[in-house]
Amino acid sequence: MIAIITEMLSYTFLVRALIVGLLVSLCASLLGASLVLKRYSMIGDGLSHVGFGALAISLATGTAPLTLSIPIVGVSAVFLLRISESSKIKGDAAIALISTSSLALGAIIIALTTGMNMDVCNFMFGSILAMSVADVRLSVALSSVVIVLYIVFYNKIFAVTFDETFSRAVGTKAGVYNMLLAILTAITIVLGMRMMGALLISALIIFPSLASMRICKRFKSVIICSAIVALSAFCVGIVLSYWYSLPTGASVVVVNLIIFIAFSCINLIRGGLRKS
Amino acid sequence: MAFITCSGASFGYETGVAVSDLDFAVNRGDYLCIVGENGSGKSTLIRGILRLKEPVTGRMQTGDDLKPDEIGYLPQQTVVQKDFPAGVFEVALSGRQNRRGFIPFYGKRDKQAALQNLERLGVAELKNRCYRELSGGQQQRVLLARALCATEKLLLLDEPVSGLDPLATSELYGLIETLNRKEGLTIVMVSHDIRSAVEYASHILHLGNKQLFFGKTADYLETPLCKRFLGGEKS
Repeated sequence: MIAIITEMLSYTFLVRALIVGLLVSLCASLLGASLVLKRYSMIGDGLSHVGFGALAISLATGTAPLTLSIPIVGVSAVFLLRISESSKIKGDAAIALISTSSLALGAIIIALTTGMNMDVCNFMFGSILAMSVADVRLSVALSSVVIVLYIVFYNKIFAVTFDETFSRAVGTKAGVYNMLLAILTAITIVLGMRMMGALLISALIIFPSLASMRICKRFKSVIICSAIVALSAFCVGIVLSYWYSLPTGASVVVVNLIIFIAFSCINLIRGGLRKS
Repeated sequence: MAFITCSGASFGYETGVAVSDLDFAVNRGDYLCIVGENGSGKSTLIRGILRLKEPVTGRMQTGDDLKPDEIGYLPQQTVVQKDFPAGVFEVALSGRQNRRGFIPFYGKRDKQAALQNLERLGVAELKNRCYRELSGGQQQRVLLARALCATEKLLLLDEPVSGLDPLATSELYGLIETLNRKEGLTIVMVSHDIRSAVEYASHILHLGNKQLFFGKTADYLETPLCKRFLGGEKS
């Protein structure tokens, strides 16, 4: 086991993937609890599809993927949030509209320029080789920003997640914190997207928090537990993918799924014990 | 100057005016019940009092040293909260979210205040429990503790007893009465329950898309409006 890990760490591309992956997993798991509880999880999914469209554009125009995707996905995050807050349009339907349209546009752009090749497949399902040194630097900087902002505003984020009306009543600018959540989510998704894949990245946001909510009783413990789940799932996933030559993103998601099922079972058994 | 003065105010949405001709005042120590049927503009008025909605005409003012964000609000429970993994203490503490200005973390005094308010409402022994596992009455007490963390002046309660069983209902009414009589908190309560409203409240505001009555409870009991409303409940 240790031999495998030392072997993995001798490849610099794997070390880069590990650094970015762990940071993105951590960010995603912190944001996840609020997104799931506020019924915003579909925004994460919608954003990753927008991200696919943005990647396609950057491929066609030859710009650096991250520098183009982050503003596009950020603007979409603000837009999606506005839609799901307005009562006129059904939020989930609007998100489905936007995500499928960006997928379609992305596919057309790719077909017109480079054609459906290996790059496109990597966009969809992720590639461990995607991270350049510049990407790693940017990812480290941006995910540190996400983590620091989350910790600084943790109390407000909790208050707004739990009861937005009350927060507004005591003078908290709830809209600002919703916007903060959406933008931090956009950054996290763009950073993790190329490694995890556009179709799989939202799992990093949803799974760890959903799993932790099965067994934790306090918001703080949900957050800490989902951070631990996310980090360990990523480590186990990447080792599995190396050892059995599986796609990295998919392996990480499957490990997350297994943890989720295990936690749900624990919750069921506990509930059963309490009743008997 | 009264805590809340509403003069000639009306509130509405794009689709039209929800409630109009509002002329009332809430003074320190009052216990005001806002009654009326569904759709009579009660929820809109709450948003107005909380300054989440500006009046279309007229004015809504706070005075007597009450700032608009010093209203302790007890909202109706949302679907999200029913399965929210939050600890009781975390919920109560979040009432202090704006007490520290730009400092984003809670201090020792905030934690003490949260604990004291949980004690005051008789739920201090639940402080390590999970909010979603409490009974309806206990949840309301925790939310009331949170509201008290936010203010010591005025509580605005939105249908606080809806969904509670009869015992929990009378306990909660008793608790609110104690806060009003013994501790001098001003209470504004929106309620469906007209019988309890006239039993506990000092003032009544009756809405029916406009102000139908505002005044002392004793005067309200003499009005045909009240008799019809009370009588209508019986049948």
